[in-house]
This record gives sequence, structure tokens and C-alpha cells, in this order.
Amino acid sequence: MSGFKDVSHLFRFAGLFVIAFLVFLVVRVYVVPKSFGEYGHYRAAAIGEIAAHPIKFAGHQACESCHSDIADTKAKGAHAHVNCEACHGALATHANDPSSMTPVKPDTLVLCARCHTASAAKPKGFPQVNPADHMGGVPCQTCHNPHSPAIGSDTGKGAAAGGTK
Amino acid sequence: MNISRRQLLILLPAAAVAWKYVEAGTPEASPNYEMSEHWWGMLIDITKCIGCGNCVRACQKENDIPDGYFRTWVERYHRTDYHLENPEVISPDGGKEGFPSVPEGTQGDYFFVPKMCNHCSDSPCTQVCPVGATFISPDGVVLIDPKYCLGCAYCVQACPYGCRYIHPEKKVADKCTLCYHRITKGLTTACCEACPTGARQLADLKNPNDPIHAFLKTHTVQVLKPQMATGAKAFYNGLDGSVR
Amino acid sequence: MSGVEGYMYPNEVTLYWSVLIVLYPYITGLVAGAFILASLERVFRVDAVKPIYRLALLTALAFLLDAPLPLQFHLGHPERSYEMYFTPHATSAMAMFGYVYMWYLMAVLVFEIWLDYRREIVLLSQQSKGLMRVIYKIMTLGSNNISERSLRIDEKVGWIVTLIGIPSAFLLHGYVGFIFGSLKSNPWWSSPLMPVVFIFSAMVSGIAAVMLIYMAVTKLRHQKIDMRCVDAVAMYMFYIFIIDFSLEMLDLVHRIYEADESFRSLDFMVHTKLYFSQIVLQIFIGTLVPLILLFLTQVGQFGEIARKRIYVLCGSLILIGVFAMRWNVVIGGQLFSKSFLGYTTYKMALVTREGLLAAIGLTILPLFFLWVLLKLLPPWPKKEMQEAAAGD
Repeated sequence: MSGFKDVSHLFRFAGLFVIAFLVFLVVRVYVVPKSFGEYGHYRAAAIGEIAAHPIKFAGHQACESCHSDIADTKAKGAHAHVNCEACHGALATHANDPSSMTPVKPDTLVLCARCHTASAAKPKGFPQVNPADHMGGVPCQTCHNPHSPAIGSDTGKGAAAGGTK
Repeated sequence: MNISRRQLLILLPAAAVAWKYVEAGTPEASPNYEMSEHWWGMLIDITKCIGCGNCVRACQKENDIPDGYFRTWVERYHRTDYHLENPEVISPDGGKEGFPSVPEGTQGDYFFVPKMCNHCSDSPCTQVCPVGATFISPDGVVLIDPKYCLGCAYCVQACPYGCRYIHPEKKVADKCTLCYHRITKGLTTACCEACPTGARQLADLKNPNDPIHAFLKTHTVQVLKPQMATGAKAFYNGLDGSVR
Repeated sequence: MSGVEGYMYPNEVTLYWSVLIVLYPYITGLVAGAFILASLERVFRVDAVKPIYRLALLTALAFLLDAPLPLQFHLGHPERSYEMYFTPHATSAMAMFGYVYMWYLMAVLVFEIWLDYRREIVLLSQQSKGLMRVIYKIMTLGSNNISERSLRIDEKVGWIVTLIGIPSAFLLHGYVGFIFGSLKSNPWWSSPLMPVVFIFSAMVSGIAAVMLIYMAVTKLRHQKIDMRCVDAVAMYMFYIFIIDFSLEMLDLVHRIYEADESFRSLDFMVHTKLYFSQIVLQIFIGTLVPLILLFLTQVGQFGEIARKRIYVLCGSLILIGVFAMRWNVVIGGQLFSKSFLGYTTYKMALVTREGLLAAIGLTILPLFFLWVLLKLLPPWPKKEMQEAAAGD
């Protein structure tokens, strides 16, 4: 027995480790999130939480469901593949409840220039103008219908103002 | 009026699904969405990008990104004929408000390169996360769990493309989610929705009807920094060798 | 966007690893170095360094207690750091930190110190009064057995622990180097030499720190410095320093000769933004000068006072040089763009959580830990205690 006596203190130290390890195992059960490891080394519930982020851009399908007249005009012109919110901005609030807000009409002088101001950096085939020479401060929709910009197609304020019903 | 809109929405199932949850006020993942049926990526066509910055603004709006941080940004390259390896690159405020005009006749080639998370399938960022707070979802999107992230910034260092940052208020790593809250509801990403030229196309590689497959048949595409072997899924059409 | 030259990816403009992440490998390096020095006596039976053995162990412990603090200060969510223990990610070098740290702290350092001091702890628990008595009682873990045989067993077990401790010290610090060396995204870091360079520079800095602490503490206690011991320590420091320097130069030469796509960008950085901290501080003042001085003490005949002064100077320069090396790795690795087209600037905050004051505080803190440890477990033989032990 005396043989063990001289090493007993080592077992006391080892005992600390065993206790710490057992505490670790118990705590682990409570601390690790339930869905952790469901698909991989992460919290599976996080996927749903990220997917629950609210939407700000309604998507053109939603716009077209009410504004089918504009969609028809647009489909014929060069802007057929420009989505509504590319120019009108994020409008999920409006799409959700049209009466809650009326979208502000973009200022064409600013809006059109953003894409169509001439720059040698832009792809060659892209229609570009020098705003100062081109119209000298006259708003673009005076001559162009933003929804179908070729002159003579369906020009003027009336067409641009569509979708108010 | 509401009723008629609803009737119309029934004809548009994708939007309808999205709508139900937006209206509920507490949107959640679409019940019809099966993660195993998708493998998401992005097609970026440099030949179409005009550098308008719509994508950057849309992303910041959609995802509430603080000023000065970017989940996506646009770079303008100027590659002169004498310094092929040493292009001059600018990205003022991430290209958010567009770029200064370049007069005709300037020497060398100019082009715009939209950048975003490449949603790598062998992503170096998820590899280094010490706790499993960033991961590749079963549908191939690299995501961050903001409730689990320590904010150690190791993943920020590990991303070869500079796509990650530490969110200044949340103090956790942040980056593009490929608008996971949209694509799971049948919508496209905010940047694709706002892109006027179709320079960005969301691509579902598992969907045989996705136009990406036809595009890849007829075009030579490249990923950024292929030598990094990250399995990047942002495919670039018309990518110049000087782009880094 | 101030402080940016050329083009940085917009998210790269801010540095996310601050001066605290410089401090962290520096401090773990001191731990590893101090422990290796202690193991010289224990495992390799270098008798000359005996007077420094216990001091080296306590220094290692003091710095190890401090080592995780810079990380905690740096984390965006320190309250979540327990996740590293509960869900460690197997592919992450950083996830291993918690485990390697705990192993090194408890199974190596604390255990070895406890074994070595057990006799004193038992005696002190019987002699001291009040609170100290309680503390020592707890430290005995309820065993007062200090028989000849039990102490002999302790000695043997301690030897084994030290033997395990050497690779553990290498692991602790090698893994810190691996955190940087394993990132393919960053050419300034990505190198298989990184862990090795970290270990050797760690040994040099740890030995220098223990040597300086020994000389300072001995001076404060008005005792005579054991020159045989300090000479031996300086000799080992010199040899390890040569290895360290060779490895760093190998890395440098390799980079220059290979001149891959990142080379022009990094080369420019070393000649501009990092010129002072890399060329001047790290290579010249922190490496070449102390190497030459140490070389002179090895070949020349100097008086005791001259040697002491040279050692103090060399030790201090080495500590500065190794700190500069950590700085150049951590900060330098974030100053250039991963597009290789530009550079940003590190603006160190002053009073924020990751600022200069926090860094200074965390550098001084281990000295306070050491002071407490020296009070609690004096590493030098006490006259009264030996008498008490003799009469026991």
C-alpha cells in the first residue's frame, strides 16, 4: 500500500483533469446549438435565418402583374431587358401595398445620364451621348419614352406616365 | 384592387411565393424550395458591363450594407499596350456612383469588372473558420452565421478576392449571400435585378434549363485567380488576363 | 480612402488584424522560448543553466496566462470564444488554439511547476499563516507526502513532462506560424518555412527575455549574477539565433530568386512602408547587430561587466527585433492589396479596445503575473526554508 501512497498525489492531479473533462462534456451538451451538424459543421438553423431577411426589390414579375401596359410597351423596345427597379429603385413596399407609398418618378436628366453618358470605357455597341451637346438641359422624356426609347415609337409624357392606375 | 392583384399573382408562381412571405411580415425560406435541387453560381459578362454602379447600390439597399463596405463592387481597368501585367485600376466608392468619363482616343483598353463573392466550392474562407460560423450551404452558397461568428477575421484574411469584411456594427464577418433570401423564393439577386444590361446573371448549375448551360457551350469563360484553385463559381465572360 | 496608394480592393482598406495580433505570436513565442530554455537543464542536463530553470518556467507560465488576452480583446464577440472548445472546426488551424493552449498550460507547464515545487508548497502550507496558508493548502491538493521516494518519482515524472513539453512548445508556436503560413490567399504569409521561422525566432526571444528577467531580478534582490549561467544562456541564444537568421534569409533569398507574381508588389512594400520596421529594426538593429555582438563574446575575451552590458544590449535588441518581425508579418501581410496593385496604411488607434494602450497594458501584464508567481513560488532557495526542511 505504501507503494501507492507515494504516487497518490499524482492521481489527485490527474483527478482534476478527469473532473474538468466531465464538466466539459456535460456543458457541451447544453451549449452546442441543436441544429449544429445537421448538414455539416455549422448551425443548420442559420440557413433559414439568412433566408428570412426581408426583400426590398420586389422583382419585375411583381411589377408586371399590375403594370402590364408598361410591360407591353417595354417588351417592344430596346429597354425590354431592363428591369423596372433598375430605374425606379427598390419598391417591395409599394408592391406589397400599393396605397402605402407612391413611387417618385426618377429625374431622367440624372437617371438616363448614369448609363448613357459617353465614355470610351464603355462597351463600343452601347448607345452613348454627351448630355450637354445632346439635349442641353431638356429632360430626356421630352423626346424619348424611357420605357421604349427609340424616337417615334411611343413618345411623350403620356406613355411615360403609364401605370398610374 | 388587392384581390385582383392576388389573382394576377397566382399566374406568377415565383413571385407569388415571395409575396406570401413578404406580406406575412416575417418572411422565411420558401417551403417549396429544395436545397438539394440547386447549385448556385453567377455569370458575369464583362463585355456588357457599363459601370453604372446600379448593382452596388442595389446590393447596399437590399442588404443594408453600411457605407464604405462592399458585398459587391465594380472596378474599372485601364490596360495599356505596354504594361499588360500592370493595369491601372480604380473603383471610387466601389463604383457605387459610376465612373468618370473617359474621352475618345485614349490609349489602351478600358473595361469594367464587377466583383463579388465567388461562392467557391473549395472555399478557403470556410476552411479556416475556427468554429463553423461560415459554411457552404447544401445549394452551394457560402454563408455566414452572424449569431455564431466570433469576429476573428481569419476568413477575411483567407479570401483571395477581398470579398469579406468585418461588419462595423455587428462585429461579425460579412459578405455576399448571393441574396439567399431572394433566390430561395424564386427571385433573382438584387444586383441582377438592378443590372440594366444583363451583365450579371444568376445561374443555377443544377437546373438543366438554366440559360447558363447554353452560354457556357458557346463562350470561353474564366474565373478570377484560377491559380488559387478555390472552385470559384462566379464565371466571367470576356475576362482580360490583367484582371486580378 | 486616405492612406491608400494605387488600388486596394475596397474591403482591404481597413486592416482587421491589429497590433494585438502582433502581440499574440510575440507573447506565445516568449512562452515557447522560455520553456525550451528550462528544458535545456531538465532534459539535456546543461548544469550551467540550473539557476535559471525555475525562473524560466515561471516566466513561461506568466506569459502563457497573458497569451490569450490579446485574442480576446481582438475578437468582435469575445463572449462567443467558448465555441472554439465546443465546436472546433477540424480544418481550421485557429480552432486548435484552445486545445493546444489548454494542453500546454495544464498538462505541461502547471504540472511541471507543481511537481518541481511540491516540496516547497507542502512546507509553505505548514509554515505560512492566514490566507497564504489556505492558498498553499489548496495547491498541495491535499497531499502532504514529501517522502524521499515520492520526490524521486516526481523528478522522473517531471522529466517525462518536460520531454513531452518540448514538442508541445514547438506545437504551440509552430501552429501560430501555420495560421499565417497556410493561407494561400496571402503571398507574404504563404510559406512552409513560416512555422519553423516562428519557432526559432520564438526560442531566441524567449531566451533573451528570461536572461534579461534573470539579470534584472537578481539585481533587484541585490544578489550576484551567476556569470557561468548567463554565458551559457547567451551561447545557446547565439547558436539558435544563427539558425533563425539562416532560415529567415533562406526565405528571403527564395522569394527574391523565385520572384513570382507577388514579388514586385512585396518588394516595393519592403522598400517603402516596411523599410523602417523590416530593414532597419528587424534585420539590422534586431538581428545583425546582436548577432555580431554575441559572436564577439564567443570569440573574444571580455570582462564580466562588459559581457553583462553586451548581453543586456543584445537581449533588448533581440526582443525589439523579434517584435518587429511579428509586426512585419502580421501588419505587413495586410498592407498590400491581394490584387498586387496598391498599398494601404495601418492607423493604430490609441485608446480603443485594439489600440496602443491596450497593447502596452497586455505587454506589461505578464510582468505583473510573474511578480505574483515569484512571490507565491520563489524560484531561489530560501535559507530559512532549507533549515526548516533540514529540521523536519
